Formats: sequence, C-alpha cells, structure tokens
Amino acid sequence: MEWLKQTRDWLDERFPVMEFWRGHLSEYYAPKNFNFWYYFGSLAMLVLVIQILTGIFLTMNYKPTADTAFASVEYIMRDVKWGWLIRYLHSTGASFFFVVVYLHMFRALLYGSYRKPRELLWIFGVIIFLLLMAEAFMGYLLPWGQMSYWGAQVIISLFGAIPYIGNDLSLWIRGDFVVADATLNRFFSFHVIAFPMVLLGLVVFHLVALHSVGSNNPDGVEIKSKKNDKGIPLDGIPFHPYYTVKDMYGVVGFLIIFAAVVFYSPEMFGWFLERDNFVPANPLKTPEHIAPLWYFTPFYAILRAVPDKFLGVMAMGASIAMLFLLPWLDRSPVRSIRYKGWIFKTALALFIVSFVGLGYLGTVPATPIATGFSRLFSVLYFVFFLAMPFYSKWDKCKQPPERVKYK
Amino acid sequence: MIAAGLMVSFPGALWASTGKVKLDHANIDIHDTESLRRGAKYFANYCFNCHSIRFMRYSRVAKDLDISEDDVSKTMLFTGAKIGDAMNIALDPEDAKRWFGVAPPDLSVVTRSRGVDWIYTYLRSFYKDESRPWGVNNAVFKDVAMPHVLWELQGLQEATTGTINSKEGVEHTVITGFNLIEKGKMNPDEYNNVVRDIVTFLAYVGEPTKATRLNLGRWVLGFLVVYFVVMFLLKKEYWKDVK
Repeated sequence: MEWLKQTRDWLDERFPVMEFWRGHLSEYYAPKNFNFWYYFGSLAMLVLVIQILTGIFLTMNYKPTADTAFASVEYIMRDVKWGWLIRYLHSTGASFFFVVVYLHMFRALLYGSYRKPRELLWIFGVIIFLLLMAEAFMGYLLPWGQMSYWGAQVIISLFGAIPYIGNDLSLWIRGDFVVADATLNRFFSFHVIAFPMVLLGLVVFHLVALHSVGSNNPDGVEIKSKKNDKGIPLDGIPFHPYYTVKDMYGVVGFLIIFAAVVFYSPEMFGWFLERDNFVPANPLKTPEHIAPLWYFTPFYAILRAVPDKFLGVMAMGASIAMLFLLPWLDRSPVRSIRYKGWIFKTALALFIVSFVGLGYLGTVPATPIATGFSRLFSVLYFVFFLAMPFYSKWDKCKQPPERVKYK
Repeated sequence: MIAAGLMVSFPGALWASTGKVKLDHANIDIHDTESLRRGAKYFANYCFNCHSIRFMRYSRVAKDLDISEDDVSKTMLFTGAKIGDAMNIALDPEDAKRWFGVAPPDLSVVTRSRGVDWIYTYLRSFYKDESRPWGVNNAVFKDVAMPHVLWELQGLQEATTGTINSKEGVEHTVITGFNLIEKGKMNPDEYNNVVRDIVTFLAYVGEPTKATRLNLGRWVLGFLVVYFVVMFLLKKEYWKDVK
C-alpha cells in the first residue's frame, strides 16, 4: 500500500487533494441531528448526475430538427441499444428532480435554513430552482410532440404580454413567428449546453456557500456556537464517514422508488409523460386542453387566476420573486418550526394547501369554480409571504434548547 | 342557443366534446404471444393498407413475436420492402387526402396517445349513419373519416339514443347503445376478440420494449432492496458511536 500513499503525496504536492478532502469531507462538521428531510440535497445532486449522464447518451442519437425530432425519440426508444432505458431515466429524472428540489426547499421552510447567515446560500438555491425550470421547459420541447409544441407556444407567448417590447421579444426568443425549427434548435442548444453549465456553476456556489456557513439543522440552533478546545463543534460530526454512509443509504432508498417508476410506470399515468405528447407536433391543430407538466402547474395556476394577461405574468413572476425575499420576510426569533408558535404553523399549513391546490388547479381546464379556487389560493400564497414580517413577529415562540437534541 | 342546437343534431357530440366517452376495458395482455400474432395478422390484412407503423421494423416483429422472417415476409410484407425496413405503406398521403379527406395517421404510438381502451371501444363503435360519406359514423370519434373496415366481420350496427339533461338544464341526445341490424361473419364475442388482438398488437407496437422493461424491473428492484438492507446495516454500524 506504500505506493498508494506515495501517489497521494505526489498529487498533494501539486494539487490540494488532502486539503479538499479534509475541508469538505473528513473534517467538515455537520450537525448530528439531521432527519429525513436532509436527504434531499444529496439526492438532488444524484438526479443532476443522472440527468447529465443520460443526457449525454440521448444527445448522441437525438436529431434536433422539426422533421426528425419526434422520429428520433422513437428511434431511441426502439433501435438504440438500451435507448428506452436511457430515455425513461431522463424523462423520469426530470420529474423526480422537481420532487426532490421541492422537498429540499420545503425543508428550508420548515427549519428556517434561509435565515442569517444563510441568505446567500438560499438565494443561490432559488436561482438553481429558476434555472431548473428553464432547463426543464426547454427540454420538454425536444420530443416535439403536441404538448411540447403547444406548451412552448403558450409560455413563449406570455412574453408578448409585456408592453411595447413584448411581441418583438417573443419573436426574438422563438426565432420565428410561431414555435418552429429555429426554436427547437436553439432550445436544444440551451438545454444541452448553456443551462447545464450555468446550473453546475451555481451548484458549486451553493455548496461553497453551504460549507462556508455550515448546515442548519432541525432544531435551528447554531452548532458553531458551542465548540470544544480543538475548535470542533460539540454537536458536529465529520461529514465523512457519517453522512456519506447515511446519504448512500438514502440514495438506495430513493433509487428503489425511482426504479419502480422507470420500470413499471414511466408515464406515471400521464403526469410524467403526457399522452398528447405521443402525437407529433402539429402547428395547425391546437389540442383541446393545454397544460404544462405538473411541476409548473402551481405557477401556471397563479398566472391564469389573474384576469389580465400582463398582470398574470407579473403575478407569476412575483410568486417566484417572493422566494428571494424570504430571508428578510421572516422575523421570528427562532428558526425551526419546532419552536415556532401556532400562527406560523397555521400559515404554513395554509401555504401547503394553497400550493398543492394551485398545482392541481393548473392541470384542469379553467372553469369558473376552478378559477375561483385559483384566486383564493393565489391570495393565500402571497399572504403567506407578505404577512410574514408581521405574524412571524407576533407569534409566541418557545425557547430553543442550548444545544441540538439527539435521540 | 346555437351550441345547444348543434348538440341535439349530432348524437354523441356531448360525449365527444366533453371527452367523457365511457370506454370499455380492453383487458389486453402484452405477454400473450398468440394474441399478438393474431393481432399482427389482422393488422396486416385490415389496417396496414392505409395505416403505417413507420417506427416499427418487420424484422423486429418477427423476432419479438417469434415468427420466422419468411412468414413475416409472406403475411405482412406487401410493399416490396426489405425485412429490416420500417413498416411504411404504399399509399400516397396526397391520394389518401383526396379519398378520405385526411391522410390516415401513422399508428406506431397510437396506443400511447389514445390509450388501449379508446381503440378497443372505437373499433367496436361504428354505427350506420347515411349522412356520412362511408355510411357510418363513430360514437367515440364523431364524424371520423375512416370507413368501417371491419364491417364484414362485425356486421353493421345502429345506434340507439336517449336524452340526458346537462347541468345547465339543456337536453342532449346521446348514444346509449347499439343494435346489430346486419349480421357479420362473426358473433359479437368473436369480433371483440379480434379487436382485442389488434389492440394487443398495437400496444406492443407502441412500446416494443415493454415486456423487457417489466422483466428487467424485477431484477433491478430485487437488487436494490438487498442493497438497501446492506446500506441500512452499514449505516447503523457507523452511527453506533454517535452519541
């Protein structure tokens, strides 16, 4: 084994291998009381890797032109060795990316992980979420089915609602008067190069920020405030091996659910792969009901809830902008929901109902009743954020413990 | 008012416009090789003149359905194509458009867009309607351009109608069932089985790797469950010393 050590030392004299290993793994101290909700960060990384790897192989066989795109996806499904598996991993991965990221964000909401000093960490995360939405939206055009086409048509036309520059802007985005070959080509370019690159960069920023401030935890108390004489947090444990082994366990648990969907229900009853998307794009035939995939529907429902198109677009933008403000909206004396009072808990419960409700309403046709509920839930969504500076202050909180609770 | 008038004059319009056609359960089994082979034969005889399945290859059908390439050439390959070729049709789309008003769609992934139950119900829902160019209409796909290709097997049926009141209190005429007015070569049960075979074959064509996928899934999940237990024990062992 001497040669192994020599190799390491050779490398270490030229590249900070050990410094990185210690700083980010073996001597990076994480709170010992992470619970179930703390799996989703590493799982998001896993899904990112799955998407990049499967994406590379899909790109080898996919043909990004209006005439060949649909057929090339079917070619991948039939004639490319293991093509069906690669494609299903990618399409299922897209939906699971959002499942994991939504749960990851919800964790931050539960335990106040966006609070000082983690504001920037949270903001990088929200930017990642935005980029992910753009990435998914552009990727969804590529199979060139009816929903790909008309979904893109609807969303891009939203830019047309912006006064003065709107029409020119949407024309500029499409590269044509309607979604067409030019649009498909540029979306392909964005989907496989531009956005993944920026996304990876932001993930690095997100991790650097995390490792600089350290993780929050379910109790929301700062472990760095209680250190031993060596400067190690009393409630911290080395990330490696404790959390590497725990996250691996989480990864396998996740893969069981993921594989069950990939192998037994890749369409997920039309939620992951929509039926209409097995019909090739037809610019002359508008489908009866156009709905975006499930992960966009909460925001789409907010858009539709507003009678005016431009204001609807603004409301949709604002619903995401709220997330950026979150660190400064929350004025509670404590971070974690464990020590917050009934007002916050009620507000959060209403927020969950609104968000899930909007998600459902975004999938159904806009009947008067559906629109009524969309409006109610949209208002509740915004109230959760905008009233937070007040209710988070009024709320009667419990005193958090000095140190984290474990077992 | 105009909308209501249209509804009454076109039976089945309510179903079609709301998408609430009650579909019969196709009850297919994609692992049933016999049914798949029969379906391939019916498809070749009755559908394949007008409908391509261009994402499928003859050789793939031969291999997956365990039919010799010779047999496939004799029973399915009419266009002079090679066994490794895609299953296209000789019909020119422009001609088809002139004859039917619309070119018959490719059926490669039709079971994935419409669903198997839809096709199963559709092929059994043609009924006599003299106002249509081919003398038939369809309860599932109103004013469809396709003639009732399987009529010699099924015979000809007539729609029975009834009225229902919509929530707004408007009366709609809807199709409630069918009466066989002209017997075909087969009795209804035999005909249903023919349609089921065709749907089974089309479901296979929609995703030829599905059987492989389901088979492989067992092994993958089996491995992951074992791996999960191993990881659980490993994690437990490591975390013993966290107090």
